[in-house]
Amino acid sequence: LALYFHSGEREEKCIIEDIPTDTLVIGNYKVQRWDIHKQEFLESAPGLGMFVTVTTPSAEVLLSKLYGPQGTFSFTSHLSGEHIICLQSNSTRFIAFAGSKLRIHLDIRVGEHFLDESVVQAKDKVNAVNFRLEHLIEQVHHISKEQNYEREREEKFRKTSEETNSNILWWAIVQTLILISIGIWQIKSLRDFFISKKLV
Amino acid sequence: MLLRGSGTAGPWWWLMPLLVACAVRASEITFELPDNAKQCFYEEIVQGTKCTLEFQVITGGHYDVDCLLEGPDGAVLYKEMKKQYDSFTFTASRNGTYKFCFSNEFSTFTHKTVYFDFQVGEDPPLFPSENRATALTQMESACVSIHEALKSVIDYQTHFRLREAQGRSRAEDLNSRVAYWSIGEAIILLVVSIGQVFLLKSFFSDKRTTTIHVGS
Repeated sequence: LALYFHSGEREEKCIIEDIPTDTLVIGNYKVQRWDIHKQEFLESAPGLGMFVTVTTPSAEVLLSKLYGPQGTFSFTSHLSGEHIICLQSNSTRFIAFAGSKLRIHLDIRVGEHFLDESVVQAKDKVNAVNFRLEHLIEQVHHISKEQNYEREREEKFRKTSEETNSNILWWAIVQTLILISIGIWQIKSLRDFFISKKLV
Repeated sequence: MLLRGSGTAGPWWWLMPLLVACAVRASEITFELPDNAKQCFYEEIVQGTKCTLEFQVITGGHYDVDCLLEGPDGAVLYKEMKKQYDSFTFTASRNGTYKFCFSNEFSTFTHKTVYFDFQVGEDPPLFPSENRATALTQMESACVSIHEALKSVIDYQTHFRLREAQGRSRAEDLNSRVAYWSIGEAIILLVVSIGQVFLLKSFFSDKRTTTIHVGS
């Protein structure tokens, strides 16, 4: 758990994962709290927990649980798209503790199904190659899922572009019609007006 | 975050005997950077490790962000303002905590989605060479080359996905801008032209005394 970042006590930090459907995502985190007296981050802070919330692209909540200061969470996507993983501490401390912050270590893995360490310990060469081959197959499946997802996204992109194109064309026609009809209406209205005022 | 080969979760016990403590990690995170905000990430790196930081802005404004990478003693290793995409490789010259920050402080109201990929160290070899008596068999070499090829496929796929997301974001922006602009212009056209006629009429209606009678 190497990469870390800082966050406020009650601040919610979110991460976006754009993934295809049926993909397993595993997250590992560790949170430490800044101790004002010792001026350093405590190794473990009892009672400190993190709310982990995962939202799907259709805005429905897939996972919402409270974990301890260190934990692992995982979920499998049912839809393809941007899933949002949010972390927020359950700290109920008031903001009187100015300068209090949290250090969150985070590691998120997408599409990892298969890393069984006990299998690696097999001294037999055939098993080691077997293990590698199965891992390669998993990788290829993941690539293929991503490509499917890419096809969906490209279709959406194309639809948006075509919609923009037809919007512009339609608007140009409507604008011309409005201009012509308003012009005719203006002249007609003014002519009638001037005739009624006996100016013409 | 995508796992590269067996890098991140890898069987760590393997790497212990190797004297070079090259712990391999690859962290890939996509996050939203609000306007006027700065987000920093830290990582502890051992001296001599080759690291690569790559980032790309996916949505928001002009699709650019400031990036700053500092070493343990505050030495600036990389600093660029308003960059859309960049990749930077460096070798850690000392042990310590390296920090890299993304800043959107120059923007007043657009928040940006930023993707970065920070890779520390090289991937461990698939078939460790300490206990070997012979060279790699054909199967093993084939595995190694397929693995390398797949890694690069996944890499290209990720880049393509990011570029596509960026293009799609621009297309959606364009679409909504066109829609709003056409509605707005239609309303303005109607209001102005109808208003013109009524204004003109009002010039001639009120002051009867100053009206010029043409043709008595």
